[in-house]
Amino acid sequence: MGARSFGAVALAVVVAGLAVTRVLDNQYYYFAGYVVLQYVVLATAWNILGGYTGYVNFGTPAFFALGAYTAVVLIQSLKAPLAIQLVAGAIISGLLGLALGYLTLRLRGVFFSIATLALAVVLQTMFINWEYTGGARGITLVRPASAPLFGNYVQFLFVVMLGLAVLAVATAWWIERSWIGRGLTAIRDNEEAAECMGVPTLRLKLVATTVSGVLMGLAGAPFPYYVTFVEPTSVFDLNYAVNSLAMPMIGGSTTWIGPVIGAVLLGTAQQIATVTISSALNLLLVGLILVAFVILAPEGIVGLVQRLARRSGERTRRSGV
Amino acid sequence: MVWLDLLLNALAAGILLGGFYAAVSLGIALAFGLLDIVNIAHPVFVMLGSYVAYGMNARFGFDPILTGLLFTPVFYALGVLLYRVYYVSFERKGAESLRGLVFFFGVLFIVEVSLLLAFGVDYRMVEARYIGETFQIGPVGIAFRLLVPCVVGVALTGALYLFLSRTFYGRAIQAVAQDSFALRLMGANPFRVKGIAFGLAIATAALAGALLIMIGPVEPAMNREYIGRVFAVAVLGGMGSIGGTLVAAIIVGVAESLTSTFYGPSWGVAVSFGVLLLALAVRPSGLFGR
Amino acid sequence: MSAEAFLDVQGVTKRFGGFQALSAVSLQVRQGERFGLIGPNGSGKTTLINCISGTLRTDGGRIVFADQDITTLPAHRRTRLGIARSFQIPKPFTSMTVLQNLMIPIEYAGRGHRDGVVDEAMGILGLMGLAAKAHVPSAALTQIEMRKLELARAMAARPRLLVSDEAMAGLSSTEVDDILAILFELNQRGITIVMIEHIMRAVMRFSERIAVLDAGEKIAEGGPDEILADKRVEKAYLGE
Repeated sequence: MGARSFGAVALAVVVAGLAVTRVLDNQYYYFAGYVVLQYVVLATAWNILGGYTGYVNFGTPAFFALGAYTAVVLIQSLKAPLAIQLVAGAIISGLLGLALGYLTLRLRGVFFSIATLALAVVLQTMFINWEYTGGARGITLVRPASAPLFGNYVQFLFVVMLGLAVLAVATAWWIERSWIGRGLTAIRDNEEAAECMGVPTLRLKLVATTVSGVLMGLAGAPFPYYVTFVEPTSVFDLNYAVNSLAMPMIGGSTTWIGPVIGAVLLGTAQQIATVTISSALNLLLVGLILVAFVILAPEGIVGLVQRLARRSGERTRRSGV
Repeated sequence: MVWLDLLLNALAAGILLGGFYAAVSLGIALAFGLLDIVNIAHPVFVMLGSYVAYGMNARFGFDPILTGLLFTPVFYALGVLLYRVYYVSFERKGAESLRGLVFFFGVLFIVEVSLLLAFGVDYRMVEARYIGETFQIGPVGIAFRLLVPCVVGVALTGALYLFLSRTFYGRAIQAVAQDSFALRLMGANPFRVKGIAFGLAIATAALAGALLIMIGPVEPAMNREYIGRVFAVAVLGGMGSIGGTLVAAIIVGVAESLTSTFYGPSWGVAVSFGVLLLALAVRPSGLFGR
Repeated sequence: MSAEAFLDVQGVTKRFGGFQALSAVSLQVRQGERFGLIGPNGSGKTTLINCISGTLRTDGGRIVFADQDITTLPAHRRTRLGIARSFQIPKPFTSMTVLQNLMIPIEYAGRGHRDGVVDEAMGILGLMGLAAKAHVPSAALTQIEMRKLELARAMAARPRLLVSDEAMAGLSSTEVDDILAILFELNQRGITIVMIEHIMRAVMRFSERIAVLDAGEKIAEGGPDEILADKRVEKAYLGE
């Protein structure tokens, strides 16, 4: 997709989102839509490091929670507006990403992944023990009743998350097309060879971990106002780790559209399943689908579609002759 | 004097806990250390062991350790089966590392959620006559609920050590870690040997799970705090060294016990992950690494 | 001697834990030279070229390339200065086509020239006899094609010094001649070449000078005939 058509689609998505808030009144849809969009951001962010660069991050909850808790602190101390919460959450989470990037100097492959898991638990323990943000009991926050131009604050949050989703996807789209993306692919394929072919591997990995961290922090920052109650077990939920990794794996992890497809499909399915079946059962489904895809279709839905298209293309060519 | 008593008790509890941690970590030392299979789902199989012990105890009044021993073959078969799936899907295609990791992450999630669906989020425990007992050595109180898991854990470690060093298949497993060529010279099929080793790794989870629920009540999500522990122990212990695993397990146990005693139990979990991060960053080859 | 050295390795030392992989190895390669590096298995050849290309840091000594101290430079900076290497076990970028494999060093190490990069890459592939495979996924190549891709990709970095790490191991004798012809051709174009090789026939034919490593130490250096006549070399290879 060229830059112009990508921009047009992005703009159309935002306009459509805004238009929806003028006609649709049922609050449930905004609550559900927010979650799906939040997964678009998380899955896209995960994929920049996991799919493009080949570093599997199990620590999504750490970055998400850091964004959320940064917002909590700002609300508690300064009553700071959402824009400030977003910027601060992005910065703090981005710094954690930067630190994680330096960790890749010593840790490759599975050791890196295990370290990210450890990171999430250590951070969770710290927040459990930090009374200012409510400790283990959690903290209740008062959501503003309304936002300018929006009748309802949840509608506003929905639009904010839509904007963040577009930002995240645009970032991934740009990286994929740029020299950075090609370097990241080289790192994923063979890091040592990439370095020896002139790719500044450390610098590129730092870009990937930082951008990934920033986007995850952005996804987490509006969360306190969305749920109005923040506690360690819910923001450090393993579901974030599984979903942010399962969605790109299922959608297709080598292109920007893969995580979007995965997040929209899986995210929507989970929202429906939570209402109609039970939340535990729907998680079981996510696990089963993830394992099925990783075994049977490692290139994800995008790869499957490409393979089918290629095959039918060959068939038409053959029948045409 | 109170401080000294606390210290001695914390040390004793830490050492006992360490013996139990060895039992939980042996499966990782085998699978990760020797076979290079990153089974991050191992702790969830330990949880499965706990719930089997719970079920047999609640329904038939079985002793947890007896259940653990009885179910070892079942878990062994489960492990062999899991290895087959892993081999066919990833190892044979040379795509094991990252996709294999994601696979086990999915397995972890499936088993955990299944346990959640079957047993709920409530804490479950087992009953046995000796579990509540304690005896004193000077100022140090020794609880049976810690002593028994430690003894069984050390015994399991010893048994595995003997198996690996004395038997044909044990030596074959050690050879498979070095290179498959040497293994073929021994006349053993690497696929079969790895299947046996992975089966054994999961089999240890049946017993470790029984020990876990003896120490305290369990809930399905508990496996996650053990992920850090078992990998900390396996990495610190030098990846696949059975003796090293026991020593590392005791180090982690003592470190956690001291932290819990002097800083509060909520910091205990962070210790093992901290040790793991430190070990990974500073000395990935472990204390006793090659 | 040192003044005219293009690559000057001065007393390089490398330890892995308690294992001394290299002890104070020195050697000088002149510009435009064909230099052979041989030694028994585990003698430290690959460790030495890892230190030269920058994938390993030295524990002592200095490495000077084209009058610049590169001892502490990361590998990608050395590549940009003009040191390229091929790997003993081919390490292609498996998700890319053959052509895309070459685009990485052209883009990252090729120092400018955005135009004509595809032509440049195709030119190199033509030289290697891989032109027909340009759009084939690199994972689908045969063993010999992988070796050629290794060299082609190193060439795409526009090296002034090419380090070839056992590019011929496991190849048939006609395939060895194939690779040798390519290396001669590259040398003709002014590229200095350091060749690590086990196949004696190839090293002896190719190299103007040869250094011999044994147990991390340089035990001999000279022309092919001197090396063949050297008693210490014979002992290192054949044992007592």
